[in-house]
Amino acid sequence: MSVQVVLPGVLADLAGGSKHLELDPDGRTLADLLDQLAARHPQLGRRIRDETGRVRRFVNVYVDGDDVRFSGGLATTVRDGAEVQVLPSVAGG
Amino acid sequence: MTDLLAIGTRKGLWLARSEDGRRTWELGEPHLLAQEVAAVCVDTRRSRPRILAGIQYGHWGPTVMWSDDLGASWQETESGAIRFPEDAGAALERVWQLRPDSADRPDVVWAGCEPHSLWRSTDGGCSFSLVRGHWDHPHRPTWEPGGGGGAVHTILPDPASDRVTIAMSTGGVYVSEDGGQRWEPRNLGITAPFLPEPPEYGQCVHKVAVDAADPDTMVAQNHFGVFRTEDAGRHWSSIADGLPADFGFPIAASPSVPGTAWVVPLVADMQRVPPAGRLRVHRTRDGGATWTESADGLPDGAWTAVMRDAFCVDEDDPTGVYVGTRDGCVYASADEGDSFTLVADHLPDVLAVRAVRLP
Repeated sequence: MSVQVVLPGVLADLAGGSKHLELDPDGRTLADLLDQLAARHPQLGRRIRDETGRVRRFVNVYVDGDDVRFSGGLATTVRDGAEVQVLPSVAGG
Repeated sequence: MTDLLAIGTRKGLWLARSEDGRRTWELGEPHLLAQEVAAVCVDTRRSRPRILAGIQYGHWGPTVMWSDDLGASWQETESGAIRFPEDAGAALERVWQLRPDSADRPDVVWAGCEPHSLWRSTDGGCSFSLVRGHWDHPHRPTWEPGGGGGAVHTILPDPASDRVTIAMSTGGVYVSEDGGQRWEPRNLGITAPFLPEPPEYGQCVHKVAVDAADPDTMVAQNHFGVFRTEDAGRHWSSIADGLPADFGFPIAASPSVPGTAWVVPLVADMQRVPPAGRLRVHRTRDGGATWTESADGLPDGAWTAVMRDAFCVDEDDPTGVYVGTRDGCVYASADEGDSFTLVADHLPDVLAVRAVRLP
């Protein structure tokens, strides 16, 4: 299984400078994918989820274009060939 | 001889240096730009001074970073310096306080965080352990967050014993005599005007400082009221007479002169600005019996505020006093608050200042 993860530029340094990562998660959920991402890149993992495993409040994750907050959350199924995009939300000041 | 002033703001950290005995300061370029730095300390116990910063990456969460080369480079622990253990069921929201312990405990650093939690590092601040005696305290579920959030914001380790004094908003003052295993509230005499009756705990103590005379003597700036204890917090009495307002966030005590302390009064509860818009530091030299206003070098028309950690003293002689404001100004005094000079302006909101003489 192959999943493409797309990162914002501000997080690319934490993934070896690449905005595009290819992962092969053990399971088929977004949580499985993010677990593998955190295992490979711990600092990147912490930017996306807190230590309870929740996706941070101002981080949005899209699976094949759908915001997981409005679908299955971390239990969202990630298919072979999917694209998972991480984006900062509209926040700040 | 270099004096270093670390300035944590809502959007980064600035370092100012003085090479002439704190008469003039040179402000450097920003570090950690766009990241909130609510807690900062400079640990001079090490062979190379270490700057520790409690940062909030904005979208990407909080952590602790450090620099061993005065800001030239920054590091953070891969898995995070402060992480709640899984069974705590909590996530770090913000680092409010970073406090090196005494010279006799050179690798011990304390952190106070939101949610209400106390942390201890034995590796100079690279990684911290949750102080379970505090986290598991039966009072914890009833500690309410103040307007800024519920946090341990003041940590005062006693260099001569295992006593640790902390303050929380809200929660009040708690003391451990055994290094953090057991804790008891010590708030008798501290008011809580937002509650119907004075409670045993639950006060909104904004800051506490230890007097130079002995560790049992402390002063506290409360959410209304300025107080002093001479018995390690078991009894507090008001020392607010003579101040133009008894509300404020910071309080600092001289590290060398007994009975000397400083506050920055604000009109409250709703306004939270200096009285008549005149930013002033008030100093006592007699344990709070009388207060003297310091105005030289401080502005009028300053409709701003000074946060609890945006105020500090150094350990030089005479004591330096440092004030950072929410409108991005920093003032420094090299004469115990008699007069101030402007170190910086137009910075983001100043959240924390710490000043040290570099070894």
